[in-house]
Amino acid sequence: MVGECVENTTEAVNLRGMKASTRVMAAGTGIEPMAAQTAEELSAQAFARIVETHRPQIFRFLLASTRDIDLAETLTQECFLKAHRNWTHFRGESTAMTWLMRIAINLQKDHWRNRRMQFWRQTRSNAVDVDEASEWLPSGERTAEQQLLAREQVGRVWKVVEHLSARQRTVFLLRYVEEQELGDIATATGLSEGTVKAHLSRALAKVRAELGGKR
Amino acid sequence: MNGFNQKTGTAAQPQPSLVPNPIVDPELEQALVDFRLSVHAWSEAEFNRPRTARLPVHSAWRPMLAWALGCMVVAGAAGGGLYEHHRETVERQLAQQRIAHEKQLAAQKKAQEADENLLANVDNDVSRSVPAAMEPLAQLMEDNGTN
Repeated sequence: MVGECVENTTEAVNLRGMKASTRVMAAGTGIEPMAAQTAEELSAQAFARIVETHRPQIFRFLLASTRDIDLAETLTQECFLKAHRNWTHFRGESTAMTWLMRIAINLQKDHWRNRRMQFWRQTRSNAVDVDEASEWLPSGERTAEQQLLAREQVGRVWKVVEHLSARQRTVFLLRYVEEQELGDIATATGLSEGTVKAHLSRALAKVRAELGGKR
Repeated sequence: MNGFNQKTGTAAQPQPSLVPNPIVDPELEQALVDFRLSVHAWSEAEFNRPRTARLPVHSAWRPMLAWALGCMVVAGAAGGGLYEHHRETVERQLAQQRIAHEKQLAAQKKAQEADENLLANVDNDVSRSVPAAMEPLAQLMEDNGTN
């Protein structure tokens, strides 16, 4: 799947990826096509590497946010397509992962907004049930009882995540699933660090209450 | 994807949290670690699962039905409009014809009345004016009438 995305987009990267400085330096010389081609290839390779590195993480975040496998796949594809279109505008002010995450968050927002606007359409939710989602747990070296307990607790966390507001859920997942730093979360969500902390604190309090209340 | 697989490889061992202000509650921390491991495992499984592309099944009867209904509505609206227009035109023509007929009848009646009046006047005038030669006869008839 990664290969498809890169192959389809290589041409566009080649056209846009060439830096202006390269063109100026090579102007009037015989090496212009070669230099340009090299820059294009480098740009395409860099983007291909980014896709390969970050695709699983973006997919994971979207899967955790939506619990819908097909939707997560679609949004992941759209995320990298959008990233590719804007690849030349990426200035490296944040990490590529943060930049991609921001695109993914915006795509997710757009998706829900469009879905609300198109309420008359026959919309089918493929979201996986919370209980089913909590079934996924590596066995490791635990006893059956520990496994059961862990699964139950994961189910409770899923239940809380399901009822969090969209912003709280995003912040919570970025922090406790993707293990991102607060600064990166703030950049990805467009919130201040203080707001991120507040959202995290509220989300955590809800998880704590859920776990404590049913202990 | 190697890095991705590594994350779930350590499975159930509680991993050190990256939270700057560590969570004091060990149960909560363990739950969050388990949650993270669970999401990672699920995501990894779904990410690596081979999928077959399915073409969306388009049922032809739905758009056909929609088109048919749409056409019927448009045709009905246009037909209704045309019928209404035609009916109004016919009614207007009939009303005009009726008014013209009534006018014609009124004119005929008026003319007839005028003719009758004229004839009555003529009769009256004729009956009163008698030629001189007939004067004795007329006088006789008047006398007979009085007697």
